[in-house]
Amino acid sequence: MGNTSSMLTQYDIEEVQEHCNNTFSQQEIVSLYQRFCQLDRNSGGFISADEFLSVPEFAVNPLSQRLFRMVDGLNFKEFVAFLSAFSSRATLQHKVEFIFKVYDFDGNGKVAFSDLLDVLRDLTGQFISEQQRELVLTHVLEEAGYKKDSLLVLSDFMKILGNTDLKMEVEVPVD
Amino acid sequence: MSKLTTSRSELDLDRPNIEDYLPPDSIQQPHTKLRLRDLLDISPTLTEAAGAIVDDSFTRCFKSNPPEPWNWNIYLFPLWCLGVVVRYGILFPGRVLILTIGWIIFLSCYIPVHVLLKGHDKLRKRLERALVELICSFFVASWTGVVKYHGPRPCARPKQVFVANHTSMIDFIVLEQMTAFAVIMQKHPGWVGLLQSTILESVGCIWFNRSEAKDREIVARKLREHVEGTDNNPLLIFPEGTCVNNNYTVMFKKGAFELGATVCPIAIKYNKIFVDAFWNSRKQSFTTHLLQLMTSWAVVCDVWYLEPQNMKPGETAIEFAERVRSIISIRAGLKMVPWDGYLKYSRPSPKHRESKQQSFAESVLRRLEEK
Repeated sequence: MGNTSSMLTQYDIEEVQEHCNNTFSQQEIVSLYQRFCQLDRNSGGFISADEFLSVPEFAVNPLSQRLFRMVDGLNFKEFVAFLSAFSSRATLQHKVEFIFKVYDFDGNGKVAFSDLLDVLRDLTGQFISEQQRELVLTHVLEEAGYKKDSLLVLSDFMKILGNTDLKMEVEVPVD
Repeated sequence: MSKLTTSRSELDLDRPNIEDYLPPDSIQQPHTKLRLRDLLDISPTLTEAAGAIVDDSFTRCFKSNPPEPWNWNIYLFPLWCLGVVVRYGILFPGRVLILTIGWIIFLSCYIPVHVLLKGHDKLRKRLERALVELICSFFVASWTGVVKYHGPRPCARPKQVFVANHTSMIDFIVLEQMTAFAVIMQKHPGWVGLLQSTILESVGCIWFNRSEAKDREIVARKLREHVEGTDNNPLLIFPEGTCVNNNYTVMFKKGAFELGATVCPIAIKYNKIFVDAFWNSRKQSFTTHLLQLMTSWAVVCDVWYLEPQNMKPGETAIEFAERVRSIISIRAGLKMVPWDGYLKYSRPSPKHRESKQQSFAESVLRRLEEK
């Protein structure tokens, strides 16, 4: 799938659909492709930092930096796979895995206290002191049966978030 | 333990509340005790970010909407080819001819008037005004412009300002052919700049430079001086600050609304069936844009001169600007979005992110207290 063509063939669409485990319909993939081309203004085949941050709604999001690291340099197929966690057809497992990946910054499969603290800092900014953040985190961790130096893995996340009503869906506008 | 550190950056009370426009926050703000899963569950924030990646209202404002191709079958295609031949072969040369004649007439009257009547300022101004209206009419004729004006024509009175929504630089020409406005514009390079510094000077134009920070105060002062002068042409301002695609309006800058003058709104809506008049300055130069207009069938638009508005007692300039924006948007059938047009050139201020962070922080601390 060349990055110079702005037309998707049926083969391309099916390849992308397979890659994202059929979480998006073919129409949605075409819409996402139009969006990808719209954002990728210099037609480099991937969306650069500047192009992402030119979407003000994305730039003001507290987790934009973390998400950007995950989506930086992705080509269209990987871009769709990235967004597949937000499809209505994605499983709960898939969504929890996505959240885990946001926390697990270095990708070693383990989330430490410092990782939790980093995300909380992104979400609360300067409105809670660092000390308070640590206290809050330690408190809720201990209450849930973990220790401050525990390393959380994916199964822990599944246990904690698995039975909540995780509303993580985005609708892809289809013409 | 639950003392919330007071924010050092006070939320800018100057801006309209963006939360009124954006979809309601999916963060439920329940009041139950804080648990680990509440901190780990970042799905609302992630959903907002993913939503912005998939579609956002700001980018929609600047999307060119070319009309649907209708020449897709064997019967319509030859018709379309015939249309192309007529447009490029007959209409275009005819229009270029009209425009050339117009320029010749204009220059042959303008230069003598400008040079010879140097002493008789009042007469010279009146003649120059009439000539500028004339050349704008020639421009409009060169695109076969069909403009329908609704409402009372603007008259030159002191202490009044005209504001309009902005789709392309031709907005100025369409309005100027009816009344010789003085306008505030960004200085452009090339032949447009030449026109700006010679002919537009005579109707009294104010220049600004987007990239200069100090420029704003200088421009504000010049605006005030112009409005208060008795002899000046009525001032036309495009408060969006940038060209938007005629389906949306972006936030109005408050500069025009704090001059202590009456604001007369003008709404302009182009009919997309004939041509998409949006000038996407990132994609094409003004010359290309004009050529595109001259090779289309027609430029059809409606111009509404709306009721003059004054600042209500107790209203801030920003509220006044938003009120006038909604009057214009409703009249022209445009959707309002809460973004500043200059975000095309710069990043949003951290204040929006901080307000989200603040509300989340408050919720966390409040729920910590719950037993």
